[in-house]
Amino acid sequence: MSTLRIGNACGFWGDSIDAPIRLAERGRLDYLTLEYLAELTMSILALQKQRNPEAGYAGDFLDVLERLTSILTKQPDLKIITNAGGMNPLSCARKAKAILDKAGLIKKIAVVSGDDLLPQLDTLLKLHPLTNLDTGADLASIRQRVVSANAYLGAQPIAEALASGASIVITGRVADASLTVGPAAYAFGWDWSDWDRLCGASVAGHLIECGAQVCGGLWCNWRDVQDYSDIGYPYTDIADDGSFTITSDAGPGVNRETLIEQLLYEVGDPARYLTPDVVADFTSVSLEHVNTRTMRMQSAKGKPATDTYKVSIAYRDGYSASGTLVIAGPDAVAKAKRAGAALLQRIGCMFDCSNIECLGAGACAPGVVTAPANPPEVVLRVAVHDSQKAKVERFAKEFAPLVTSGPPGVTGYTTGRPAVREVFAYWPALIAKSAVQSRVEMLS
Amino acid sequence: MNEKIMLSTIAHGRSGDKGNHANIAVIAYTPDGFDWLRANLTADVVAGYFAPMQPSRVERFEATNVLALNFMLHDILAGGASRSLRIDTQGKTLALTLLSMPIDIPNGLERMTRQLPV
Repeated sequence: MSTLRIGNACGFWGDSIDAPIRLAERGRLDYLTLEYLAELTMSILALQKQRNPEAGYAGDFLDVLERLTSILTKQPDLKIITNAGGMNPLSCARKAKAILDKAGLIKKIAVVSGDDLLPQLDTLLKLHPLTNLDTGADLASIRQRVVSANAYLGAQPIAEALASGASIVITGRVADASLTVGPAAYAFGWDWSDWDRLCGASVAGHLIECGAQVCGGLWCNWRDVQDYSDIGYPYTDIADDGSFTITSDAGPGVNRETLIEQLLYEVGDPARYLTPDVVADFTSVSLEHVNTRTMRMQSAKGKPATDTYKVSIAYRDGYSASGTLVIAGPDAVAKAKRAGAALLQRIGCMFDCSNIECLGAGACAPGVVTAPANPPEVVLRVAVHDSQKAKVERFAKEFAPLVTSGPPGVTGYTTGRPAVREVFAYWPALIAKSAVQSRVEMLS
Repeated sequence: MNEKIMLSTIAHGRSGDKGNHANIAVIAYTPDGFDWLRANLTADVVAGYFAPMQPSRVERFEATNVLALNFMLHDILAGGASRSLRIDTQGKTLALTLLSMPIDIPNGLERMTRQLPV
């Protein structure tokens, strides 16, 4: 085998459900990866599982799989790797098997788990403090409010699943780039201390993990995108030496600008990008233009992986709601500010936190961007947060009356009462790898 | 008064979140533009520009291989994805805000602007 082709057609839960079909049809892939889990997705899935022991995974994946069955019939060697399992990869895998059975497809499905630390959290806490990486606070302070705690597993259990003959690998929380590193390490038989190769595959995985963002999505030079309707999703062709290309066969393709914008997306120190598999040095990679759709990257240098996994913990942190109204006509900004302030005064109680914004007047970077002198309309947005649900519910009920009892020029109240949502705060921590046991099970 | 241009004349970029922190990558179009960024777009300048949003500190990293500077703006997201009451909870738009920053016209601007094809 010269190169291994891995395409990613899902960058988050909610991404296009057509993209996996289009990419699989176009891309002649060896592997299709689908990434569903943002930092806080696990807390939502954890609550779903509490209510229903069969739930707690990214249901979109099953819709996608159902639509992929005809392609899997035509491309019997195509393998799928996804973290759609979320908090319940086994249940997700069983549902996936039912879909494949119905389509007459016989595929080995593997389940990767062990990332969920909640069942043994108190035992773990005796030896591992799970100190907040940002604040240094002790987890004990919020232990009773924790709803999920998941380690970001690496590529090894994915490679193990593939070595066991799996065609579909469904995982819980796994580092995004590891969805790509797993099949590459398995296919080429890389050693788990071959840091440079692991680094190359990790960079490739990082570049494709957000789907269209590497091939035209969010590109600053958006006028150069001729057609956003078929933006294209990326694939990587990885070679045994860890060098790779990134390509998109649709939309504007991959170029130097789209590639670099994504290379540094959600990155801290680019010379030390930590994954469970390797410490990747993004500054070591050289770039080369291949053609209008493809960029090549090589000479990646990795450093030994750390001895810890990152742990993403979510805990209950009160309630919040936000509502919006359009305020138009002369002095729109001033009217919006008055209306927002009046709303909070009418409710007559102090919230733990509240925020009045005038969208259209620089709200995305408050205080940094100068508002236009007199916009024809702005969107008033008021948001509150409080530990007491009743107070937030009161806010939600008081929002609509502004339509008739505030300044003139109010419209756009069509979405109903603001929804009160439970807030889950994010608690990043580290744990010794030796304290976490990943598991690979084959679904029979 | 000096004539100004926007930073986006010589650079492009992207921003995203890491918990309550945001990162902003600023990528020069040319090596000359990168030299200008290195000399002028310091962590202090970026911290000053975003001061109204109260980052606790700003770190700057260099990725010379891709002619880019990467800034970490700590604690700038008012709680981050789940907790912030702002419309842009994840700092997705901060790169465009930085790229809109007015700068003095650099000497040799013609060697810093976007060269086509990319």
